[in-house]
Amino acid sequence: MSRRVVRPGALTLVEDDGRPGLAGQGVGPSGAFDRRALHQARTLVGDDGTTTAVLEVLGGGLVLEATAVHLVAVTGAVGPVLVDGVTVDHGRAVRLQVGQQLVVAPFDVGLRAYVSVAGGVDAPATLGSRSADVLARLGPDAVAAGDLLDVGDPAAAPPLLPPVPSLLTPGVTTVEVVLGPRDDWFTTAALGTLLGTGWTVSERSDRIGVRLDGPPLERAVEGELASEPCVRGSVQVTSAGLPVVLGPDHPVTGGYPVVGVVTASGVDRLAQARPGDVVRFRRTTR
Amino acid sequence: MRVRACGESAVLLELDDLESALAWHDALHAHPEVDEAVLGARTVLLRGEPTRLRSLVHRTAAPAPADRPRAREHRLEVRYDGPDLAQVADLTGLSPDEVVRAHTATSWTVAFGGFAPGFAYLVGGDARLQVPRLATPRSRVPRGAVGLAGAFSGVYPRESPGGWQLIGTTDAVLFDVDRDPPALLAPGDTVRFVPAPPHPPADRDDVAPKRSDAGPQRHGQRGGEGA
Repeated sequence: MSRRVVRPGALTLVEDDGRPGLAGQGVGPSGAFDRRALHQARTLVGDDGTTTAVLEVLGGGLVLEATAVHLVAVTGAVGPVLVDGVTVDHGRAVRLQVGQQLVVAPFDVGLRAYVSVAGGVDAPATLGSRSADVLARLGPDAVAAGDLLDVGDPAAAPPLLPPVPSLLTPGVTTVEVVLGPRDDWFTTAALGTLLGTGWTVSERSDRIGVRLDGPPLERAVEGELASEPCVRGSVQVTSAGLPVVLGPDHPVTGGYPVVGVVTASGVDRLAQARPGDVVRFRRTTR
Repeated sequence: MRVRACGESAVLLELDDLESALAWHDALHAHPEVDEAVLGARTVLLRGEPTRLRSLVHRTAAPAPADRPRAREHRLEVRYDGPDLAQVADLTGLSPDEVVRAHTATSWTVAFGGFAPGFAYLVGGDARLQVPRLATPRSRVPRGAVGLAGAFSGVYPRESPGGWQLIGTTDAVLFDVDRDPPALLAPGDTVRFVPAPPHPPADRDDVAPKRSDAGPQRHGQRGGEGA
């Protein structure tokens, strides 16, 4: 059971739920950046409730060829999905026959699509996960043209579920942020700027962090912060005063003050923000 | 001690120093309401439901930064052949031999991790060894390189970029995904650097456990010590 990679696109990684609980070993959480889309992709092919791995496709341009019959689905970023040149639904399971090609074309909305296959991508696990961590350099290499991707055993009768809607919309991405732990390292004016600015996603964003361009945030406390643990969604403020929202492959500790932490659902949406897109923060006290 | 907000699924405890942070980490890491406890330089991240974590912290008596029975002592053999040894000597006003003696004369304490899997920030060494990072970081630091930066010493677990001043090299395996736990050094452990003999014997052990019963540990046998 396998699929052949014909074209890998810009960057296609194997991802699952990642490696939670290993920060004490210096290992970050990794895993799918948009976890909601990961779970949708699994559900569609009957792998709901499993820890199977999927492909996280950055930007689109992935072409796969089935070397056996496979049930597949594409969720997350939305663009044309074709089987042997015929358009199929995004967010709906489709059966690939042997030799058929699945094309995940460049996206119209969003940045990362998730391609699931019933039974999951069966890459070797490292520390209990098949996720590629681009910072820690753990997990499988990015997929390359010619790779044969092994597929795990699917459930006996995978459910063919109705399609799931994409909730992605073009335009401004608004995410909720809980202020702290180091909001008091910034002036009141800076906190107003953080919450009142339409931030622009930088080209230098990746799975380690989504870098934002805009007006620098003024510090109320000068000096260096002793390194402290950070989490997925932490909004670090660099020495240039600009926010970086940490993604799944973030370092486990950092020396930049964290002004706030974006909620889990907010991080899912930031995974889909493209360079040049506008991001706004809305304060929550959850 | 202060509890700081850290999103919807964690809180950050801020302490006065590393000793207090280690004590709080020890006291709470195995509590059922704590999904994970992670140490910083003087902070402890607790993952879990924030309201419950705040309540747990407030009803916990401040732990004494006392004896830590599970702390291990590691002896790491080092060849003091690092490319920055002469520069560290210049910066500190010591001779290269005195740098080596200062680095090996006292025990270092594992403070916290970060930077790379298995990397540990070591503190508590000879205060004369404080040197700045390199102005321009190296794009390639070899695996096992032993460095100094600020008040810290550390060992690069694998080849990576790095800006620390390199004074030596060790063969110790700092991180191994097939080992449990994969990181050699845990917060609170102590590290003693030892000059390597000119021709190291092939069967040399990198870790000499302090306790006689601390042999190789298998999965699940670590007594619930936090990851």
